[in-house]
Amino acid sequence: MIASSFFAVVLGLASALVAGLVGSFALMKRITLAGDVISHLALPGLGLAFLWHFPPLAGAAATLAIGIVLIDQLQRRSGLIAESAIGVVFVAALAAGTLVTPTEDLIDALFGGFGEITAAGFVLGLAGCAVVAATIYLLRHQMILGIFSPDLARSLKINVDRANTLYFCSFGLTVLLGLHFLGALLVGAMIIVPPAVARRLASTLDQYLILSALVSMIAVGLGFAVSIHWHLPLGPTIVAVASLIFAASLAKRM
Amino acid sequence: MSTILELKNVSVTLDHHAIVRDISFAIEDGENIAIIGPNGSGKTVLLKAILNLVPYEGEIIWRPGTTAGYVPQKIDADRSVPLNVRNLLVSKAHIIGKGEKEIAEAIRRVGLSKESVATPIGHLSGGQFQRALIAFALLGEPDIVLFDEPTASMDEPGEEQMYALLDRLRAEAGITAVVVSHDLSFVYRHADKVLCLNRSGLCFGVPAGVLTPELLATLFDAPTFYGHTHS
Repeated sequence: MIASSFFAVVLGLASALVAGLVGSFALMKRITLAGDVISHLALPGLGLAFLWHFPPLAGAAATLAIGIVLIDQLQRRSGLIAESAIGVVFVAALAAGTLVTPTEDLIDALFGGFGEITAAGFVLGLAGCAVVAATIYLLRHQMILGIFSPDLARSLKINVDRANTLYFCSFGLTVLLGLHFLGALLVGAMIIVPPAVARRLASTLDQYLILSALVSMIAVGLGFAVSIHWHLPLGPTIVAVASLIFAASLAKRM
Repeated sequence: MSTILELKNVSVTLDHHAIVRDISFAIEDGENIAIIGPNGSGKTVLLKAILNLVPYEGEIIWRPGTTAGYVPQKIDADRSVPLNVRNLLVSKAHIIGKGEKEIAEAIRRVGLSKESVATPIGHLSGGQFQRALIAFALLGEPDIVLFDEPTASMDEPGEEQMYALLDRLRAEAGITAVVVSHDLSFVYRHADKVLCLNRSGLCFGVPAGVLTPELLATLFDAPTFYGHTHS
C-alpha cells in the first residue's frame, strides 16, 4: 500500500510535468480543445477493457491511437467542416464509451482512480514521461517556427506535418499517463489549465514553459494531499485545485 | 555572374483555378528583381512556388547549394503567444546550424533595438515587425532573399526607410533579391529587372526598356485591378 502510494505520487508529479509542457504548446498551437477531444477517445477503450477484463490503459491506448490519427487528419483540413467533424468525434466517443462501460466502472473511467499502480506500471509510466519530455525538447524549435508561420517553417525545409503528428503522439501518450489519476473526462484539464495560468503570469517563452509545468505539478501535489486528508476523490480534487490556481491568477492584470 | 535561379514554364493551379501560367525567367547573382502586377495577379503564389510551398508544374532550377530567405507579406501574429523576435531567431539558428554570432549580425543588419528583440511579436509595430521578419530571413546569410510586398502595411516614410534598408543590405551583404511590389517608383529606382505578372508573364527585362505605357496599361487595366485596395 505504501509502495503503491509512493508510486502514485511520483508518477503523478512526473505526468503533471509533461502535461504542463505538452499543454503549453497546445495553447500556442490553439488546439487545446481538439486535444481535449483526443482525451475523451480514451473512454470507449477503457469501457471495452472493463467489459472484457484486460488492462484498462491498453484499451485506452488503442482507441487513443485511432483518435490521434482521426484528429490529426481533421486538423489538416481547415474550416467549419473540420470543426464540426471534431465535435462529432467528441460526442460519439463519449456516448459509445458510456454505453460500453459497465455501470459500476463508469465513474472510475470518467474521473480516474481505477486499480493500483504496480511496480511495472510505475516504471512504464516514468519511461512514458521521459519519451514525451524528450520529444517536446527535440521538436521545440520546429514547433515554435510552425506556430509562428507554417510557410516560413516550410521554407526552412521543416516538415511541419511530421512535427505535428509527432506532437499529437506525445499528446496521446500524456493523456494515457494522466488517465489513471484523472479519468477520461478530466484528464484534459491538466493539459488546458496550467498553460492558461502560465500564459497570464509569464512574459517570456522560458517563463511560460517552466510555469506551466510548475503549476501542473503544484496542482497534482496539492490535489494528492487534499484528497488524502479529506478523503475526496483524487481526479476531481486535482482539477479543482488547478481551477482555483487559475482563478487566483486572474488577480493579475494583463 | 552566374544564374542562381531559373524558372521554366512554371504554372500553378490551386483548387482547379490557374493562378499563374507559363512563367519563365532567370535571376543572376547580385540582381534585384521586382515582380509587379495588380492584386490577384499571382505574385505571392509565384513566390511560394519558387520556395516549394505550393505544388507547381514546370521547372524551378536552383544553383546547387543555394540558400534562400523568405519575407512573407503578412503573418497574423497571435498577440497571446509569448514568442519574441529572439525566440524565433534562436529557433531558426538552431534549425540551420548557426549560433549567437549570426543572430547578433542579423539583428544589427536591420537595426532592431534590444527592446524590440525582447518584445512579444504580437506587440511590435508594423515597421518593427517587418524588420524582424527581414532579420529572420537574413539570419545565416542566404544567397537570395524573396520579399513579398515588404512595404504593404507601411505609410510613406516607412516605405522610404524600408527601401533604404533594402538598398543598404544589397550594398553591404551583396544579396540577390526578388521583391514583389505594386509600387512603380520602387521598380524604376531600385530594380535591375522587372517581371510584369498578370497570371501570365507580360514582360521581363530592364524596367526602362520593358515598361512601356502600352504594357502598363495592359498590365493594370485588367479587370482584377479594379479590386485593388491598400488595406
